[in-house]
Amino acid sequence: MSATDTPVPRLPELEVDRRAWRHLADAAVGVELDTGDMILNLGPQHPATHGTLRLVVRLDGERVLAADPVIGYMHRGYEKLTEVRSYPQITTLINRIDWLSSFANEVPFIHGAEKLMSIEAPPRAQYIRTILTELSRIATFVLFLGEMGLQVGALTPAFWGFRDREHVLNLIEAATGGRFHPNFNRIGGILDDLPWGWINETRNVMKIVIDSCDVFEDILAGNEIFEARTRSIGIIPGALGAAYGVSGSNLRASGVDWDLRRDGKPYLAYPEIDFKVWTHPDGDSWSRYWVRLQETRESALMVLQLLDQLPSGPIMAKVPRIIKVPEGEIWVETENPLGQMGYYIVSKGATGPFRVKIRSASFSNVSILPWLLRGVYVPDVITILASLYFILGDIDR
Amino acid sequence: MSHVLAVDAGWGVTLGIKTVVVLGLIPAGALILGYTFLLKMMSHMQSRLGPMEAGPHGVLQLVADGVKFLQKEDIMPAESDRHVFAIAPAVIVMSTFLIFIVIPAGPKLVVKNLDVGVFYALAVSSLSVIGVLMAGWSSANKFALLGALRAAAQLIAYELPLLLAVVGVVAQAGTMNLQGIVGAQANGSIFGWSGIGNPFILTQFVGFGLFLVASQAELTQTPFDMPVAESELVAGYMVEYTGFRFLFFFIGEFGTAFAFAALAATLFLGGWAIPGVTNTGLMEVLGPLVLFAKLMIVAFLMFWVRFTYPRLREDQLQALAWKVLIPIGLANILVTGIFKVAF
Amino acid sequence: MRKPKLPGLIGGLGITFKTMLKGAVTVQYPHEREDPAPRARGVIALKEENCTVCMLCARQCPDWCIYIEGHKEKRPPRREGGRERTVSVLDRFDIDYALCMYCGICVEVCPFDALHWSPEYEYSEFRIAPLLHDKVKLGEWEATVPETEPLELGAEVKGKK
Repeated sequence: MSATDTPVPRLPELEVDRRAWRHLADAAVGVELDTGDMILNLGPQHPATHGTLRLVVRLDGERVLAADPVIGYMHRGYEKLTEVRSYPQITTLINRIDWLSSFANEVPFIHGAEKLMSIEAPPRAQYIRTILTELSRIATFVLFLGEMGLQVGALTPAFWGFRDREHVLNLIEAATGGRFHPNFNRIGGILDDLPWGWINETRNVMKIVIDSCDVFEDILAGNEIFEARTRSIGIIPGALGAAYGVSGSNLRASGVDWDLRRDGKPYLAYPEIDFKVWTHPDGDSWSRYWVRLQETRESALMVLQLLDQLPSGPIMAKVPRIIKVPEGEIWVETENPLGQMGYYIVSKGATGPFRVKIRSASFSNVSILPWLLRGVYVPDVITILASLYFILGDIDR
Repeated sequence: MSHVLAVDAGWGVTLGIKTVVVLGLIPAGALILGYTFLLKMMSHMQSRLGPMEAGPHGVLQLVADGVKFLQKEDIMPAESDRHVFAIAPAVIVMSTFLIFIVIPAGPKLVVKNLDVGVFYALAVSSLSVIGVLMAGWSSANKFALLGALRAAAQLIAYELPLLLAVVGVVAQAGTMNLQGIVGAQANGSIFGWSGIGNPFILTQFVGFGLFLVASQAELTQTPFDMPVAESELVAGYMVEYTGFRFLFFFIGEFGTAFAFAALAATLFLGGWAIPGVTNTGLMEVLGPLVLFAKLMIVAFLMFWVRFTYPRLREDQLQALAWKVLIPIGLANILVTGIFKVAF
Repeated sequence: MRKPKLPGLIGGLGITFKTMLKGAVTVQYPHEREDPAPRARGVIALKEENCTVCMLCARQCPDWCIYIEGHKEKRPPRREGGRERTVSVLDRFDIDYALCMYCGICVEVCPFDALHWSPEYEYSEFRIAPLLHDKVKLGEWEATVPETEPLELGAEVKGKK
C-alpha cells in the first residue's frame, strides 16, 4: 500500500456520452484500445455501506486509485433540532445518533447538562448508567463480531450476532422499556430503578456473551481465510490515525493506548472498577476485529463487577421541576462503542440549549477512508469499511 | 430408457422422453438442494427455522418463490444489449442440462453413454462461463461487469484442478466412460476384500478433496463466491436480472450443484452401484436412489463449507488455484501413475 | 488469548455443525407470541377520568403527536348554595402512532397519572390513518397495563409516583 500523506485529488467530472460506450465493443481487432479508469459508485444503496454512505471509487481493474466518501444522505439536522427542544426532549433525539448504542449517546449529554446545573446523580444511578452503557457497548460489538463475517462473505456468524445481541437487548428493554431507544437518562439521575430479577438475568446473559465471544474467536478470528482477508489490510498507523481524529477501538487497534473511560475526565463509575484497555500493535482490519472481541469480553466482565458493587440508595438527585440550565458552556466527551463522542453545550439559561455541537465518532473515523483505501482491491474496501465499523446516523447526525 | 419402459419406441419418442426427464431433473434437483440445504440446513446452522409456512416445514417455499418470479415484470436495463441479455440465463441452464446427459443412474439408465463421458461432462460444465460473461457484459452495469470478469478468471483457473483431480480416477479406472468408472469401483477390491468394492475416494482422497474445492469454485459458492459476492458486488453478473430470468440463474446454480454432486458421487463414491448386487433389473430401480443418497452426502459437504467460511479475495483465489491446487493435482497424478505401473 | 485447538477451518465446520443440531431460537410469531418485558413501551393507554386537559403532555411531546381538545363546563355546586364548579371536559385525545417516537415523556410528565405504558404491540394497520388512536381506543389499552412490578434489591421503595 502506498503510504503517502498527500491529499487525494477530487475526482474529475465524467463527461462521456453514455451512448457512445455501446460502440466501443465494435472497435476493430488489432487496434490498441485506450484503457481508462472506471468510476464505481459504492452506495448510497449498497449492502456493505451500513446504510447510505456513498463511496465514489476510481478503479484500475479491481485496484482502487482513489476513493471519495460522500456523506450527508442521512443528515437529520440534530444540532439544529436541539436548539428548539427542551433538555428532556433532546435525550430522545440524540438516542438516534448512533442507533446501535443509543444509551451511550445519552450519557455525555446528560452529564454535561448536570455539570452546568451543578447537580450530581446519586451513586446508584451512576452505576446503573455505567451498566447500561456497557450493555449497549456489548450489543453493538456482538453485532459487529457477526456482521464483519457477513462483509467478508461468511453469512452464518451474522445471524449469531443478531441472536446473541437479542439477549442484551432484552435486558435493556426490561430495564428501560426501550429496546433501541431507551431514553432512560434524566438530568439528576435515571427514570426508574431496575426491575426485580434483572441482576441475576444479567449475570446469566454475560456468561452467554462471553461464550459467544469464544465462538466468534473460533469461527472468524481464528479462521485462516478470514485472516488472509483481514491481516495487513487497511493499516492505520497510530500517529496518523490520531491526526485524522480516529478514536475508540479503531485507534486502540493501532497500538494507541487511549481510552476515555480510563484516561479522560472521570465519569460514571469507571474510576471505581478495574478493567484492562486492550490494544493491538498491528493496526490492520484483523486487529480491529480482535480488539473489539477482547473489549466485548472485558465489558461483560465489567458488568459483572459493577453488579457486585452496585450500591443501594436513591436514583434521582433533587432537581427543580422545570429544568432550566444556567448560562455557561461545557465540553463533555465519553468513550462510546464507536469511539470518542462529545457534546459542546452552550446554554443561555433557557429550558433548552442555545447551541449544541455534536462530535460523533464515526464521522472522524471515516475521514481517514480516502487515505486508507488507496491502492487496495475492491474486496478490501468492503473489509476495511466493515472493520472501521461506523453507523451512518453517527456520521451524518 | 426405452428398455426400462419395455417399449420399443421409435427414436423420436425415446429422444422426447429423455429430454423431458433431463429437463425435469434440473429444476427438481435445484428444488431438492435449494430446500434441503439453502433453506433448511443453512437456517438451522444460523439458529433459525427458515421458511415454515408454505407446505409442511416450508417444503413448497421454493415453488411459491418460483411462481412469484414468473409473475414479475421482465425488466431490461435501457442500455443493455437486449438479445445477449435475454439469452444469457438460457446458456447457463444449457450447460447444466448437458452435464446430466452422461451421468448414469443405473445399468442402462443413462441418456447417452459416451466413451469420453468424464471429458465431456467437464467440458460442457465450463460452457456456463460464456453465459456468465454474456450476462455481465450485456447488463451495462459496472458491478455486473466486474462480477462477470471475476467469474471468467475464476472458472478458467479452476477448470484445471478439476480436470487434474479427475485424471487420477480415470487412470485408476482405465476408462473415461462413466459407466466404466462405476463398474471399476463396484468390481474392485481392497486388498482382496470386495465387500464394498473399491470406491475411489479411498485411493483418490486427494483427488476427491481437489474435486470438491474446485467444484466449489466452479459453482461460485463460498469461499469462492466472488463473482456474486453479496456484500461487494451486490449480486455480480445477475444484478440486473429479474423475474423468470433470475429464476433461470437460480435453477442453473443449484442444478449445476446437483450435477456436480452427482458427478463427484459417480467418480469417487461408486455411483449407482451396490457391490455384489448384479441383478440389472433391480439396480435400474435402486440405482437412482443409491446415487441420490451419495449425491446428497457430497452436496452436504459442499454446502456445509459454503455456509461456514468467509470468502477469499480474487488474487488469493488465483494464487490458491495455481500455486497450491494444481501442484497437488499434478503430484496426485504422478503418484497414481507410479502405483498404477507398480501394481 | 485462548489458543484454538484445531485449525480454524476445521474448527469452524465443527461450530456450524454443533449449532445445526442445537435447534433454532426462532419464535414463530403468529403462532406463538413473545412476551415483552412489563416495562416495554408498546402502546400508551389513557385513563380518561384522570385527565384534566392540562396539555402538559401535548406540549412536552418532542414531535407533537398528541392532539387534545377540551372545553369548560359548568357543573352544579357540590353543596346547596355553593358556587357553580367549572370542570374541564376532554373532547378529543388523539395520539398519532405514525409519528410517536415512543420516548415516554408524556407518560412521565402527566401530573394526574392519566397515561400509562402497556407492552401491547399488536396494533399495526394496513393504512396510516387508523394509527391515529382516539380516546376510546386509547382507553381500551388501559386494560392491558401491567401492575407496577417490584424493584431490584437496594432500590429506594417509594412506589412509582
